[in-house]
Amino acid sequence: MSAAQTLSAYREENQDDRALMERVARHRDREAFQCLFLQFGPRIKALMIRSGSDSDMAEDLAQDVMLTLWRKAELYAPDRGTVSAWIFTIARNVRIDRLRRQSSRPYEDIADLDLESPDAGGEETTELNQRDRLVGQALAELPPDQRRVVEMSFVQDMPQAEIASALDLPLGTVKSRMRLAYAKLRERLEIVK
Amino acid sequence: MKIVHHPDSATLVSYAAGNLDEGFATLVAAHIASCEKCQAALREIERVGGALLDTVDATPMSPTALERTLSRLDSETADEHRAPRTNGEKRPDLPAPLARLLKGGLDDIAWKTVAPGVSKHPLPVSRAARSRLTLLKIAPGTKVPDHGHGGMELTLVLKGSYCDAFGRFAPGDLADLDEHVEHQPIVDSPEPCVCVVATEAPTRFKNVFGRILQPIVGI
Ligand SMILES: [Zn+2]
Repeated sequence: MSAAQTLSAYREENQDDRALMERVARHRDREAFQCLFLQFGPRIKALMIRSGSDSDMAEDLAQDVMLTLWRKAELYAPDRGTVSAWIFTIARNVRIDRLRRQSSRPYEDIADLDLESPDAGGEETTELNQRDRLVGQALAELPPDQRRVVEMSFVQDMPQAEIASALDLPLGTVKSRMRLAYAKLRERLEIVK
Repeated sequence: MKIVHHPDSATLVSYAAGNLDEGFATLVAAHIASCEKCQAALREIERVGGALLDTVDATPMSPTALERTLSRLDSETADEHRAPRTNGEKRPDLPAPLARLLKGGLDDIAWKTVAPGVSKHPLPVSRAARSRLTLLKIAPGTKVPDHGHGGMELTLVLKGSYCDAFGRFAPGDLADLDEHVEHQPIVDSPEPCVCVVATEAPTRFKNVFGRILQPIVGI
C-alpha cells in the first residue's frame, strides 16, 4: 500500500510516540494516528493471540484498542508513563472485558483518579526517556526464570496459579520470582528518582 | 488515612498485568484508590507491560485493517469522545470501585447475620468471575475463629479495625493472605469493623479441606 509506504518514511522523521499522541489529542491528526496504528496494531494483535484469542478476534480487538486510543487520546498523560504502557493498559482492559468476560471498571476508576490528582512532577523529556530505557534494561537484565514469569503474566495473561502449574512450580516460587522482578525494576528506577 | 498494609508486590504485578480475577482486582483497585504509594507502584509496573508490548513479535494485520479503522474514526465527531470520565460514584466512605457495587452507602445495607457478632452482604461480580466479594460487619470484641484459607484471600478494611498476628488493620489497609496462612482476627475498635473480603469461588473438587476450616468467611 502506497499510503503505508509514505507513512513509514514519515515515521522515521518522527520517532517520538509522545509527539504523535499529542498530535492526535490536540489536533485529531489522522496521519499521526495512522503512524501509531501501523506501529502498535500488529503488536496488540500479537498480544491478543498470545493471550489465547484466535486470529480474527485478535484483529478485531486490536482495532478496538486503537479506536479507544483515538477517543481517549487526551487522557494520556506523558509524565505518567510511556505511550506503550498506556496502550498496554487499554489492551489489558479490552482483554479483561472481551476475552475474560469480566469487568475492567475497577481499572477505569483508578485511571480516572489519576487524572484528578496533580501532576506527577513535570519531569523533563530527557528524564522521561531515560526512565523508559531503564525499564527495558531492567527487563533485559532479569534472570530468565524471572523474566519468563513476568512475560507469562503480561503477555499470556496467565494468573499466578496457572503459571505455577504450567511450569510445575509451587505457587510460592512464582510469587517470589514476581517479587524479585519487581524489586529489580524499582532498584533501576530509583536511580533517576 | 494512614495506610500500613499494602498488597504483596506479586499481587500488584498480577493486577497490573490484568490477570487477577474480578473480585480480587476490585479489591486491589479499592485499596489503590486510597493509597498513593500503590498508585505510584502501579504506574511503574505498567511500564513493564509497555516494554513487553514493544518487544513482542508483531503479527501482521489484514491489509484492510487500517482503512476499516480509519472509516470508523469518521463516525466519531470531535465532541462525542471528549474525556469520557466513567466515574460518577463519589462517596466519602467508599472507594469508587466498591461504591459502584452498592446502591446506597454502608449504612443502608441489609446485613444478614451468619454467626454471633458477624454479618455479611454479598457484592455483585460478573458471571464469568471465579472470585467472590463479600462485605463483612464484625462486632467489637468479636474473635473470628482461627481459620486457614482455601486459596487466595484479600481483605480491605473500610471502617473500624481488627488485629491479628500480622498487625493492626484500619481503614485502607489490605490483608493479602495466601492459602498457607492461618490467622485469628479480633475486632479492636469500639465500633463494628466493616471490611470487604475477596475469596476464590468454591470449587467442588478443590480445597475441600481448606473450606472446612472456613466457618465464617467460607463464602
Ligand atoms: Zn498501598
